[in-house]
Amino acid sequence: MMDLYSFFDQVWIARLAILKGLGITISISVLSIIVGSLLGVLVGLSLVYGNRVVRFVVRVYTDFIRGTPVLVLVLASYYVLSTIGIDLGPFQAGVLALAIFCSSHVGEIVRGGLQAIPKGQTEAAKAIGLTFNQTFAYVLWPQALRQFLPAWVNTAAEMVKASTLLSVIGVAELLLRTQEIISRNFMSLQFYFFAGFLYFVINYSIERFGKYVERKTAVPA
Amino acid sequence: MNKVLLEIQGLRKQYGIVEVLKGVDCTMQEGEVISIIGSSGSGKTTMLRCINMLEEFQGGHIRLEGEEIGYEHNGSSRKRKSEKDIARQRALTGMAFQQFNLFPHMTAAQNIMLGLVKVKKMPRDEARAVAEKWLDRVGLASRADHYPGQLSGGQQQRVAIARAIAMSPRLMLFDEVTSALDPELVGEVLQVIKGLAADGMSMLLVTHEMRFAYEVSSRVIFMNQGVICEEGNPKEMFVKPKTERLAEFLKTSSFN
Repeated sequence: MMDLYSFFDQVWIARLAILKGLGITISISVLSIIVGSLLGVLVGLSLVYGNRVVRFVVRVYTDFIRGTPVLVLVLASYYVLSTIGIDLGPFQAGVLALAIFCSSHVGEIVRGGLQAIPKGQTEAAKAIGLTFNQTFAYVLWPQALRQFLPAWVNTAAEMVKASTLLSVIGVAELLLRTQEIISRNFMSLQFYFFAGFLYFVINYSIERFGKYVERKTAVPA
Repeated sequence: MNKVLLEIQGLRKQYGIVEVLKGVDCTMQEGEVISIIGSSGSGKTTMLRCINMLEEFQGGHIRLEGEEIGYEHNGSSRKRKSEKDIARQRALTGMAFQQFNLFPHMTAAQNIMLGLVKVKKMPRDEARAVAEKWLDRVGLASRADHYPGQLSGGQQQRVAIARAIAMSPRLMLFDEVTSALDPELVGEVLQVIKGLAADGMSMLLVTHEMRFAYEVSSRVIFMNQGVICEEGNPKEMFVKPKTERLAEFLKTSSFN
């Protein structure tokens, strides 16, 4: 009983630090998901519709990024870029690394979603006189979106988890804040659990939201 | 009244080194209903798909109402027309497919409206009225707001035909439209096509339904190994085939 009381007491004392950490974690995640998804759509479109050269270059990009641990990308973005004169703060460097990582995954998801659409759909659209752009906008993209929504939500949740890696380059996100708090009060078990619980809440919300959108956009059959 | 609608001259098409169409010549008058028959691999579907440029072709001419389809000819050289031009030409013909190819994320009415609104630039309410008119025509007025997944194969195919016809094409192309249907659903689709024939719609049908080809067509074309092997009116062709090839084909087909 005493323990629980003192834990809440410590949470109350550290509330600002926790909230700030949570804020940074959410900012990192949201930014990297948005930037990564936009880039990822471009990557996916290049993989499907690009000419041979574009496809090859983008294929090398995605395979390289996907084959590299996120931590390595984060470290490289922070330490290596500065050696070639691009000086990014830890937050910017971290978001850049995560966005790049996100783009390669979203790119693959978009490619898969588009390629899973039967060829007959494009043919039917052409046959009624739609141009390529119209075919893409009204026939292919809406179908691909529904197809890749679950995988995309999954990637978003991965990005939230990957944001913890930014603690290594000194971004004061939730995990680093938690570690700082623990170094003051030594309640490591309680506070790691608490941080874990907060990550769970974020990802559970994302998943519920994804399910909700999936239901809303489902095609009746 | 006898106006030439479609003119095909020396049509050649190859995939790599395999020649699928080896010089097809054919002229079609307005209002004709022509069935194209032949065993698989004879090039009948490919020929149909060349007419709306779903397939590129390497030689020959296709003219629809005198307009050169797909390629710009300049002496002996030829150049593919612009994407925009080809899209416009495709809207001159309508096509129904073996696999229906309805857009699954749109209702029956929306499927029909898409081309009307985006290609014909028709206002939405007007497009909706046209869609309802054609759905009624194919006996699916009550299904306007159903999604393809909620319709039977035969119903889907009828919506697909309505979608093509609603664009008021000069020529309708039917590519084995009953081949993917359960036998009991074939009749309702053929009924719709018969209705269109009675309206005077110009139609080219690739079909395996010999009985239907016999009943509905004004002319039948028998293709074999990439060329037209025999053509004529169905009464003569089915009863007294002139070529041995056709006689053989009819023997193995379901006609009788």
